[in-house]
Amino acid sequence: MAERSFAKEVQKLRLGEGEEFAGEGILAITKALLECGVGYVGGYQGAPISHLMDVLSDAQDILGELGVHFEASASEATATAMLAASVHYPIRGAATFKSTVGTNVASDALANLASGGVTGGALIIVGEDYGEGSSIMQERSHAFAMKSQVWLLDPRPDLPTIVKTVHDAFELSEASNTPVMMEVRIRCCHVHGRFTAKANQRPTMSVAEALENPRRDTQRIVLPPASFLHEKEKIERRWPAAVDFIRERRINEFFGPEAGKVGIVMQGGMYNNVIRALQRLGLADLYGETEVPLYVLNAVYPLIEDEFLDFCADKDAVLVVEEGQPDYIEQGFARMLYRAGATTRLAGKDMLPMAGEYTGQVMLDGVGAFLRAHAPDMLSDRLRAPNTVETDRGTDGLAANVPGRPPGFCTGCPERPIFAATKLVEQELGNHHIASDIGCHLFSIMPPFELGATTMGYGLGPASASAFNAPDAKRRSISFVGDGGLWHNGLTSSVGNAVFNQNDGVIVIVDNHYSAATGGQDILSSRADNKSKSTQHPIADAVRGMGAKWVRQIDRTYDVNKVRATLKEALTTEEKGPKVIVASSECMLNRQRRERPLLKKAIDGGERTVKPRFGVDEDVCTGDHACMRLSGCPSLSVKSLDDPLRDDPVAHIDHTCVGCGNCGEVADAAVLCPSFYRADTVYNPGKMERFADRTRRRVIGWLQNRRERGRLSFAEA
Amino acid sequence: MNTHVRETADLKADERVLSIAILAVGGQGGGVLTSWVTDVAERNGYRAQSTSVAGVAQRTGATIYYIEMCPDDGRQPVLSLSPAENDVDILIAAELMEAGRAIMRGFVTPDRTTLIASAHRIAAVSEKIVPGDGRGSAEEVHASARRAAKNYVSFDMEKMAVEAGSVISSSLFGALAGCGVLPFGRESFEETIRASGRGVEASLRAFGKAYDEAHGDGHSEATGAPEKAPERTVDTHLPLGGQPESEDPDPRAGKNGEAGPQEMGRRAAGHSGEVAAWQGLVERIDAMPEPVRAMARHGSESVVDFQDTRYGSAYLDRVEEALRADSADRGYAFAEAAAKYLANAMCYDDIIRVADLKTRSTRSARVRREVGVDDETVLHVTEYFHPRLEEFCGTMPAGFGRWIEGRPGVSRWLSKRLDKGRHIRTDGMGGFAMLWTIAGLRRWRRGLLRHTVETAHIDDWWSLAMRTRERDYDLGVEVLRCRRLIKGYSDTHERGLSKFDRVLSALPMLEGRDDAAPWLGRLREAALKDEKGIMLDGALETVASFAGEPDNTTQAGI
Repeated sequence: MAERSFAKEVQKLRLGEGEEFAGEGILAITKALLECGVGYVGGYQGAPISHLMDVLSDAQDILGELGVHFEASASEATATAMLAASVHYPIRGAATFKSTVGTNVASDALANLASGGVTGGALIIVGEDYGEGSSIMQERSHAFAMKSQVWLLDPRPDLPTIVKTVHDAFELSEASNTPVMMEVRIRCCHVHGRFTAKANQRPTMSVAEALENPRRDTQRIVLPPASFLHEKEKIERRWPAAVDFIRERRINEFFGPEAGKVGIVMQGGMYNNVIRALQRLGLADLYGETEVPLYVLNAVYPLIEDEFLDFCADKDAVLVVEEGQPDYIEQGFARMLYRAGATTRLAGKDMLPMAGEYTGQVMLDGVGAFLRAHAPDMLSDRLRAPNTVETDRGTDGLAANVPGRPPGFCTGCPERPIFAATKLVEQELGNHHIASDIGCHLFSIMPPFELGATTMGYGLGPASASAFNAPDAKRRSISFVGDGGLWHNGLTSSVGNAVFNQNDGVIVIVDNHYSAATGGQDILSSRADNKSKSTQHPIADAVRGMGAKWVRQIDRTYDVNKVRATLKEALTTEEKGPKVIVASSECMLNRQRRERPLLKKAIDGGERTVKPRFGVDEDVCTGDHACMRLSGCPSLSVKSLDDPLRDDPVAHIDHTCVGCGNCGEVADAAVLCPSFYRADTVYNPGKMERFADRTRRRVIGWLQNRRERGRLSFAEA
Repeated sequence: MNTHVRETADLKADERVLSIAILAVGGQGGGVLTSWVTDVAERNGYRAQSTSVAGVAQRTGATIYYIEMCPDDGRQPVLSLSPAENDVDILIAAELMEAGRAIMRGFVTPDRTTLIASAHRIAAVSEKIVPGDGRGSAEEVHASARRAAKNYVSFDMEKMAVEAGSVISSSLFGALAGCGVLPFGRESFEETIRASGRGVEASLRAFGKAYDEAHGDGHSEATGAPEKAPERTVDTHLPLGGQPESEDPDPRAGKNGEAGPQEMGRRAAGHSGEVAAWQGLVERIDAMPEPVRAMARHGSESVVDFQDTRYGSAYLDRVEEALRADSADRGYAFAEAAAKYLANAMCYDDIIRVADLKTRSTRSARVRREVGVDDETVLHVTEYFHPRLEEFCGTMPAGFGRWIEGRPGVSRWLSKRLDKGRHIRTDGMGGFAMLWTIAGLRRWRRGLLRHTVETAHIDDWWSLAMRTRERDYDLGVEVLRCRRLIKGYSDTHERGLSKFDRVLSALPMLEGRDDAAPWLGRLREAALKDEKGIMLDGALETVASFAGEPDNTTQAGI
């Protein structure tokens, strides 16, 4: 069950010819796929593509009606390999994943697919996780397109252009027998807008029809001598076909006046920010009508040489706006100009920064600098020679007071106690080399835990500790991998590798029943019933199947004492080979989403229901915050007491507490303090229970009263 | 600052877009607010585009939502997907520090930006894990906001929402409508909320309150630091989950004992002999000069509550001793600090005290109030204890406790049986009776090992402070204040004691210097910065370097 449900929105996918679609970018892309008669779709979740996968998942009925096969692939490599169905058959297929991490994983399949080429249109939609909010290394998908020679489209970030680009992409793929990548940036995926829909098309050939009429062609298989021919074919036939298609179909766009002294060339994705910069420079209006000639590359690879040279023909200078590095596009253009003996000055990374996101301010500065250098007469006096008075924002005081707020474990997260236990083990046994992995559990590297030295890739946590296998060393390495990463490739790359190489390290598999970091999608070991997927395959069985002997299953990670004891045993046992701990508890976000409606229904229905939450006795708490150094839970915070005797704020648990138990367990395991209590509210208790409760409270009240009569009590006057 | 904003006079609407950035903490529901803003724009014939970065939004990190809008004339405008410096008309911060972040990022400009910020705090992890008070200054943010924004609208919108039974999106939406920058009527905002269809009535209540406040119809001043803490007192049952609760909006208040004025004294009731004895204590307190009197009153209540009036009398003996050595021209700073920290020292945290606090009738009532249930509800309360052998011995008669501690074999044997986590139900007879009985040991407390140890420690600290004060008044005050370092239970308590010792180890190096007192204060503050005392070690090295005694590790006679 995914974090966000699109059950309502997917109905928009049924819109017919001429109707207006209003909604999010990812939904528009899905609609475009259906309009194009896609036959099958696969993909792997990960921002910003997660929601696209969730949309597809929630749209399975609609896909089914159209005869479209959808699969939540095991990895990006799987999704890309799936496009093999378009090699021999005229079926349009699409795969989608996060880039560049997903593209890295997919690149083996991508290279093979690109070598043999395709018959049916093959589209790979990559979500560029670059710039603000990104959670990955900052690299470009562009390099993958170049090395495998697949075409890369980068549409202007508005819904009509994105939808049109999907249509173009399939045709381009078929016209050039080459897979096509379309990159959409993170905010583009979540942009709300409108476009006029077309009718959905059934695939011209379904996968079922293909299965019943199998085809093969040795020439399309990557093995010599065919593979040598593929390379020549790419250059001699497919490339020219793509260039012709892009030029003839006017995939790239021109805006502004035909002639001009200067011009700007940009990736499609940069268009809106360039226009905003021009608006702020007084050279464009709200609707993008501009005085500067613009050449917008909705196709960034391959570049169309004559189109570019024509654009430059009458210009003194041209600015290339290309986000990220290396500057492949600028390099390509520079070569074209040089070979053509052109005199047009090429500006780009000299005006704009080589690295980093092209935010509004960066773009304004870069475009402004370019125009001041090459067309100062276009600018008003104020902009031509601005007074560079540094306005003091007075932010010095802020810098010292505004805390960083990186993402962290959610309220009640079952992974928190695992890392609390790890921290306690380290307090006892000393620091260890800890290898982290991709997933929510990577938040362990942040305060308050600060555990973990490296992260090498999804499912590669234990693999990245494989060098640390020295039986004579006094300490073992600890590595983490999530359930998502394990099924993605960790089972072989990490666990299998550790078994085979007799690694003595400790492997902790953090099992929260979902691919939680990407939005709570189901995976093989998910405990929930899923009507279209096979779930409930225990991780411990898989790990034993790989040959691991020392395997411990912990079914309640909140039992900090148990996690600590198990980890300690793993670090000290005489047994050889990897020590695998499967620490399982359900992702609290998903659990709350699942249980909250049931709980409410039970309470409303008069059923006996118990709802826990935690609290802190403020007069017992001394304000040392040791509990927070082992928690970081959003619901556990500090508050000042209205007591002049107190200097420091005390711990406080607010109403967002879900009663996971971590506070109490940690206080117990770390021998912290007795201020925590758990309060279980009993809804709809039975008659007997009520009676017993009343009796108990009467006795307790009598005892309290007796004690209070014998002493002095203070009450607010 | 909450001057009623002019209606769009400077927004040539057909020439420029209106940009709205929302900075929130993940989980605050910024997505809902974003869709509302988009909806209200479209209702008013505007074209709106919204974007967000999903992913971090659920996971407590800082996150930004962004909306651009312009009047819809059928043509497709080119709108930006992310906010840019100096290019934001309305900045909504769903938490105060996020307003600070927005200013730092350049999204707030004096010629253009209306800054709407909820004044409540959600402490970041880095603020919470500090052993002392690690919270950032709210006043600093308010001051910067007043300088940086064209209009600054700030009040506790979280409290307002929770009191209305809603979530902060509603009150932020109300403030947005009320500040009048968007050229849309109030009704259209309310229509948007109605159309959303969930929790409509509560949302409208929160919306209305915030609208009035931002519009200038509110009863209280709407800008600057709110004067009162937004702590909720909830009578009704709260929804499951939801929004993080407000934190103290002004963390500086109450720091270093500089708390606001307190009402003098609470009413004492109970045992008649004790009430009479208390009257005697009150007379002694009333005879004290002003700054000391208030603190001594609080301190007396605290120590009498901890033990009895005889204990209170012993406390006052010492406060009077401090007072005799103090003078008005010093503002009685020494005696005041003595009254405060001596009370804290005398109310050490032993098992008896914990058991006592957990079995009081006032405590039962407070738990019910915090959980948000009435007196009739069946409520199970489980306490998490983990007493160690040390706590057990501390509750033994001093001689016997020492006897056990002196025998490793016996200690190990006992430890194995005693040192484990115990989950005790204080709503149940067995659990309650056990704690009630332990609390009853109070009567014999003076003869128990823990009391002997604590008393000796207090005696040493006290005489050190008195001796130091004779030579250097301010340094004496600082020695008293170092008591703040001792807190917590078990390991935490031991760490506190060790920090206390380490800070005071600098005393011989500092004594005789003009700046001895501020340096001791600095050492204490450093000790409160991190758990292990790394900052303290650095500060101690600094002291050693200028004091010219790098190897001086002499204990300061404690």
